[in-house]
Amino acid sequence: MRYALLMHYGEPAPGELDQETVAEAMRAFDAYAKALREAGVLLSADVLQPTDMTTTVTLREGSPRVQDGPFAATKEALAGIFLIDTPDLDDALGWARRCPGAQWGVIEVRPVSTAFVDGAWTR
Amino acid sequence: MDALSRAESAARTGYGRLLALLATSSGDLAAAEDALADAFERAVRTWPERGVPANPDGWLLTVARNRLRDGWRSARARRTVALDVERDAPAHLDAIDVDAIPDRRLELMLVCAHPAIDPAVHTPLMLNTVLGYTAEQIGRAFTLPGPAMATRLVRAKRRIKAAGIPFRIPDRGDLPGRMAAVLEAVYGAYAIEAPAGLGPPVEISAPAGLSSPGRVGSPVELAEVLARVAPGDPEARGLAALVLLCAARAGARVDAAGRFVPLAGQDPAGWDRRLIARAHEHLRAAHAAGRLGRFQLEAAIQALHCTPGADPRTLLDLHRILHRLAPSLGSGVALAAVTADTEGPAAGLTLLDTLTAGAGAAGAAGGRFQPARAVRADLLRRLGREDEAASEYAAATALTTDPAEREHLRTRITRAPGHAPDRAFPACAQHPDPEPTSGHPGIRPMA
Repeated sequence: MRYALLMHYGEPAPGELDQETVAEAMRAFDAYAKALREAGVLLSADVLQPTDMTTTVTLREGSPRVQDGPFAATKEALAGIFLIDTPDLDDALGWARRCPGAQWGVIEVRPVSTAFVDGAWTR
Repeated sequence: MDALSRAESAARTGYGRLLALLATSSGDLAAAEDALADAFERAVRTWPERGVPANPDGWLLTVARNRLRDGWRSARARRTVALDVERDAPAHLDAIDVDAIPDRRLELMLVCAHPAIDPAVHTPLMLNTVLGYTAEQIGRAFTLPGPAMATRLVRAKRRIKAAGIPFRIPDRGDLPGRMAAVLEAVYGAYAIEAPAGLGPPVEISAPAGLSSPGRVGSPVELAEVLARVAPGDPEARGLAALVLLCAARAGARVDAAGRFVPLAGQDPAGWDRRLIARAHEHLRAAHAAGRLGRFQLEAAIQALHCTPGADPRTLLDLHRILHRLAPSLGSGVALAAVTADTEGPAAGLTLLDTLTAGAGAAGAAGGRFQPARAVRADLLRRLGREDEAASEYAAATALTTDPAEREHLRTRITRAPGHAPDRAFPACAQHPDPEPTSGHPGIRPMA
């Protein structure tokens, strides 16, 4: 089953984290991504830019609307996505536990409903 | 035995087992239930005419599996699901030996108590899937309307499928925590039916053809199932012993006139010796494993209560260990009561007030905890502090939902001092902490 590990955490202000902390987090994510790949469960890994780089698009009110800023301004924000393919939820939870982001944020584990793979929607 | 009774008997012994077998292969609990219900319905229709098959369980399993396979092969399923050769291959299940297939009920129970499922649904889900109780019956026990309970159960089952919760024994690192959740859920089933102080007496009547109706049927069955599927787990054995010991005394705690009888006044002749003997078997097996735990201790305490002339010091020691190992409001109140019996009411009262008047949630809950008020009332009376005792009795009575026990407490208010020690607090086991966060939030001990 495909699962999205959605990392949510508070966004540090520019310059708030010192170089060493950032470097350490990068090392942790590097090791984590490599472990996922070695286990053969990694589909993709994306760490997102801060929410103030976000642009929101909607057609909900009939006409297209493009807006500066995130969908919802909250204290904690979606910071990155790991897409993995594991046999079941317990495996996905096991990987979520090992995610470095879990040490300073929250990892939401969401099963994928349907995915576009090799040119077709599939399960 | 006629065909209908045979079908009922197969239902009684086989429901949870067959459901677990069917659900493990697909991970789809609701579909497995539908298929099994279909198989039982076919059995009731065809067995009286064509005779009961030689292997009723195997027959039911085959019919149910064929039913599931029909679903997988349907046009709708085929559009979205790739053909699974192993799953979809024709199999000859007529000669299937159900007894030779491993019992998957432990997996089913572990799924029901999975951390990804709302803890409030753990116990209802087990009662529903392992024992086959209906949402209506479970709703009654949880003081929830049947449709609301049905909605919760359906939502939980959908979650199991959609989130991909696996039907398997978790890894070694995860198993202890998960087993603890299963034990809590079974204990919760027992707590909702336990007499006195734990909410209204529950009238879970057994599902059609399933066991004998009665207040102690389902937790005893659940605990026995758990002990059978996890015989090496000393706490599973301890829990089974605990539940059986309380069930053994259920008949003696109300007299012929419907009045509550405290433990000290119960006639041991009214206790069910067969259940007590079975409980001791479990305790011996648990002891052999050499790992002490909370449920074993609670069971040991209850076993001692069932032993006339037991040494009160031993009882006190057991309560002390229990309160250290698994401190809760219930274990604290019980410890205070036993302390009073061996070291006098003044010592008991001091300890009780220390344990229930402390800071934090336990202190705040102490005032609303019926056993705490009942024990306090008894200790005050034994110390000759009549006025305070009377108001404590009134408070305890107001918190009691069991009619027989409420009546008993009411008589205590007017009785003269100097009476024999009164175990007015429920004699049956420890009480779960009244704070709903402690394990089975679905149960409202003080409702």
